[in-house]
Amino acid sequence: MDSSRQEITERRSLAQHSPSMFLRMLVRGATVRRGRALTALLAVVVAATVSTAMLNLYADVGAKLRSEFRSYGANIVVVAKNGETLPENAINIVRRIIPAQALAVPFAYVVAHTPSGKPVVVAGVDMEQVQRLDRWWAVTAWPQRSGEALVGKRAAEILSPTNQDFDLSYNTRTLHLHPAGILQTGADEDSRVYLALPEFTTWTGVQPTSIELSANGTSEEITSLTETLGQALPQAQVQPVRQIVEAEARVLGKTRASLYVSTVVIILTAMLCVLATLTGWVYDRRRDFAVMKALGASEGLLRGLFAAEAAGLGFLGAVLGFLIGIAVAMWIGRVNFHAPVVPRLSVLPVVMLGSVAVALLSALLPMSRLQRVQPAMILRGE
Amino acid sequence: MFARLVYESFRRQKRRKLLAGAAITLGVAVTTAMLGVATDIGDKISRELRTYGANILVTPVDDSLDVRIGGVNLKPANDGGYLNEADLPKIKGLFWRNNILGFAPMLPVTISLGTADGAPPTSAELVGTYFAHTVRYGTEQFTTGVRTTHPWWKVTGKWPEDSSRDVLLGTTLAATLHKHAEDTIEINGKLTYKVAGLLSTGGPDDSRIYAPLAVAQQILGKPGVVRNIYVSAITKPEDDFGRRDPKTLKGDVYDRWYCSPYAASIAYQLQEAIPNSRAEQIRQVAQNEGNVLSRIKGLMLLIAIAALVAAALAVSSAMATAILERRSEVGLMRALGAGSLPVGALFFAEAALLALLGGCLGFAIGSVLAHQIGKSIFDQQISIQPVLFPYILGVAVLVTYAGSAISIRRALQLNPAHVLRGEG
Repeated sequence: MDSSRQEITERRSLAQHSPSMFLRMLVRGATVRRGRALTALLAVVVAATVSTAMLNLYADVGAKLRSEFRSYGANIVVVAKNGETLPENAINIVRRIIPAQALAVPFAYVVAHTPSGKPVVVAGVDMEQVQRLDRWWAVTAWPQRSGEALVGKRAAEILSPTNQDFDLSYNTRTLHLHPAGILQTGADEDSRVYLALPEFTTWTGVQPTSIELSANGTSEEITSLTETLGQALPQAQVQPVRQIVEAEARVLGKTRASLYVSTVVIILTAMLCVLATLTGWVYDRRRDFAVMKALGASEGLLRGLFAAEAAGLGFLGAVLGFLIGIAVAMWIGRVNFHAPVVPRLSVLPVVMLGSVAVALLSALLPMSRLQRVQPAMILRGE
Repeated sequence: MFARLVYESFRRQKRRKLLAGAAITLGVAVTTAMLGVATDIGDKISRELRTYGANILVTPVDDSLDVRIGGVNLKPANDGGYLNEADLPKIKGLFWRNNILGFAPMLPVTISLGTADGAPPTSAELVGTYFAHTVRYGTEQFTTGVRTTHPWWKVTGKWPEDSSRDVLLGTTLAATLHKHAEDTIEINGKLTYKVAGLLSTGGPDDSRIYAPLAVAQQILGKPGVVRNIYVSAITKPEDDFGRRDPKTLKGDVYDRWYCSPYAASIAYQLQEAIPNSRAEQIRQVAQNEGNVLSRIKGLMLLIAIAALVAAALAVSSAMATAILERRSEVGLMRALGAGSLPVGALFFAEAALLALLGGCLGFAIGSVLAHQIGKSIFDQQISIQPVLFPYILGVAVLVTYAGSAISIRRALQLNPAHVLRGEG
């Protein structure tokens, strides 16, 4: 009796001090009943995939949508203060300050007259940049050569109803123009004539009077950019276009809120499903539990074994799920925004921690119930 | 006997059934809520996009051009054509009247302002408009004005009443005049008006005065006229069909174009309703709306699909576990002489029962969830179409079956003797 107890104690200490045995039990536990371990793993992988994809999308949707909102055009306008003019190098100062991908387009305006004396607003712009800034402009053809102009729809009805050449005069200097294309916007631009900036300056001698900026960023970033620009150009008034900035913030806020709620709901569901599946899995292995206990394994060892199995499952599931989730997020980005969502590694620890925690929880919950039961009862199938 | 087996299975294995049922309920709830949000978000976001302001502008047919630079009118504001104020309520008589969220007429007048310190009067632009005016069309009442069409305007002080003679003073102009809310200003050297509030817009409107429409008409001496009308309408993003010229369309095609809520067709109808007018979509607002909208809609739809797939997989794995647990039961039934068919039928009946119960509960929870999401984010209801109910229930049953099928097959293939000895 004494010798056998001693033997058991020896074996126990052996088992506790032999990591290879522990490891072997872990591996066998996962491989012997492969089907069941796989369903448990599948649940974890699905939850981790969904969590990764949603968190990635949530983190990236602001940036993605903000670049969509840039198609609304300028969100900051720089104009000379009353009675002052913009310095000639204003555009260079502005371009030095703004971020590289932001757009700054100078506009110059004069009121010219038709031969019959009707006033027409003529604007000088860089055609190529305006095309990128004001993407909603409906233009039949952009001017390519000098002597060609882009004519607003209403202006064309008066200046060039049959698409013929026309004359404009400013300060006694007359310019002969050919309408290259018709511009339609539904706003003030329809009543204007647009010329290439160098040609405009040679004709009128007028420098750009306003600079329109399209910069990507949150409303705080836009406000601070506005302040920086205001300090760099004391003679100018720099204002955010509130109509654009406010609407953007509002729509973005609502979209992010919807996405946030969806993320929370979906992740919670996925976690609960993992909990349900894993609890069943562990509970189902009560026979193993009973056998080990009957053979003299301590409760701590059993707990450790089941916890290690669950943690391993959570870890493996998180890694696989993270990879698939990144792929899903990138696919959604490609399909919907035509730009892949940037994978965020910072999501990995969150998903990892969540998976392992849920797996541990679902392993230890049934454990406490099993501990109260005699191994003999379980082994007899009761 | 069969019914009793099913009944006893539910009675004796409450925990397992509860777990599987919870998984199905949750899956269905999330699917329902996400589908509801995804199908409704287009409508909700397009309302939010109206924050960008009016998307259609109605102007009089006129042979003179606007001479405006940076929103500042350089032409004497008093010449040019006019529209008739009496035609305004007709906007609410359009085919798409329910899509029109609001409209605001504008009547600019050039005025001179007397300054308090006796300096020479400065000239400024006063614009007559509706702030929140009640318009009647037939028996319908409708409140509209710049507060709807220009939601980014901010007023310190009070908004003027449309029936009063109070005005809004732009902040830039107020700064030059040293005026505040509740002060009075003198217009054209004879009449004084009370400043109800200061208007801040972040644009050229900051150097204008906004007054009730009747005040501007009185100053101009032309009662019942307006210069142009800003209309804010919920529209459908323009596609190739929407871009076609109505003049080239015939018969059914024309009717289809006319009865689609494109910005262009609403503008076309406005032009018909208001005599002597031309209406055009403001492309900056109207064209971009479609882009942003389709991105957000697409995003939510893809997420709903992802949620659906995830829910299906989760339900499947929960079902698979639930059945794998019961291999010894299968073994026992087979040992007692039951064929594969009755055993399979038993499990499928149980799964169907679970799916129906979970589906009903999940649908109810999902509807409440969608409703809450709509209320908390958009201040509006997101309602789930009851039509969806049978489909969602069908999907729930299908997914539950799919999840069970493999495990049931596997359980049936095992040798009963092995299973019963616990060697499965």
